[in-house]
Amino acid sequence: MSSIEERVKKIVAEQLGVKEEEVKAEASFVEDLGADSLDTVELVMALEEEFETEIPDEEAEKITTVQLAIDYINANLA
Amino acid sequence: MNLEGKVALVTGASRGIGAAIADQLGAAGAIVIGTATSEKGAATISDRIAGAGHKGAGMVLNVTDADSIAGVLKAIADEYGVPTILVNNAGITKDNLLMRMSDEEWFDVINTNLSAVYRLSKAVLRGMMKARWGRIVNVGSVVGSMGNPGQANYAATKAGVAGFARSLASEVGSRGITVNTVAPGFIDTDMTRGLPDEQKADLLNRIPLGRLGKPEEIAAVVCFLASDAGGYVSGETIQVNGGMYMG
Repeated sequence: MSSIEERVKKIVAEQLGVKEEEVKAEASFVEDLGADSLDTVELVMALEEEFETEIPDEEAEKITTVQLAIDYINANLA
Repeated sequence: MNLEGKVALVTGASRGIGAAIADQLGAAGAIVIGTATSEKGAATISDRIAGAGHKGAGMVLNVTDADSIAGVLKAIADEYGVPTILVNNAGITKDNLLMRMSDEEWFDVINTNLSAVYRLSKAVLRGMMKARWGRIVNVGSVVGSMGNPGQANYAATKAGVAGFARSLASEVGSRGITVNTVAPGFIDTDMTRGLPDEQKADLLNRIPLGRLGKPEEIAAVVCFLASDAGGYVSGETIQVNGGMYMG
């Protein structure tokens, strides 16, 4: 079973159509990985499915970097 | 037109324009879920779909209730798959001169005709985005462009759904989803049958084609927009009114 970090990075790479090695922890979805606002909505949808959770809209808006996504999943998934 | 295998959700499908839309989507091969506010209405829809040899069913839905919407969407997804065609047709009128209009008359119409479009569209978008294909068609009204005395509430909602469609079309076009509005003029349905004869005669004088429209004539445009043939039309309001109002 891959770590949460690996799973998040894989999803980010798939959703945004970038190479996994470009998906650094500090990378911002919009500024570094070329996502538009709708891409970030879809990314959250994909994370919700991968981790079988629901991310409230007000939380989703704060997830703007790879590390913040990893942190959110770590904090909210027991 | 081939909509084989597509799941279509049509609100307010027990009679009038909604029933005609359900018929034609079904004839094009779509699995049609038609909704009504009562069990009786839902049964009528189920019978009509089965009688025509089409696929789908009627379901009870209160478009003003988010829980009801969530329940119906789950039931549809479990049995037929996620809908990628949504026709926001359910609508009510509570006409009154603005000077006499109650808050209830205002907010009921806003809630059913406009806020429901927000709720339902939001609820189906996830599936459409994943499918990279979707069609949302709002049934508006010529009154949304022309205005009509006694219908400030109704006209506001019908202008509202057209603006909503333009905005949402801009947001989700990149995912293969189109959002349009079909704006009927005066169509021969229960909603217009209640008009006084005098008002009807006056109306006919203002319609170049000299007759009321038929529900099927609205449904045909909705089906076109739902099909691949209509795939490059988005954010548009199509007036279907016998020439009464030419946008």
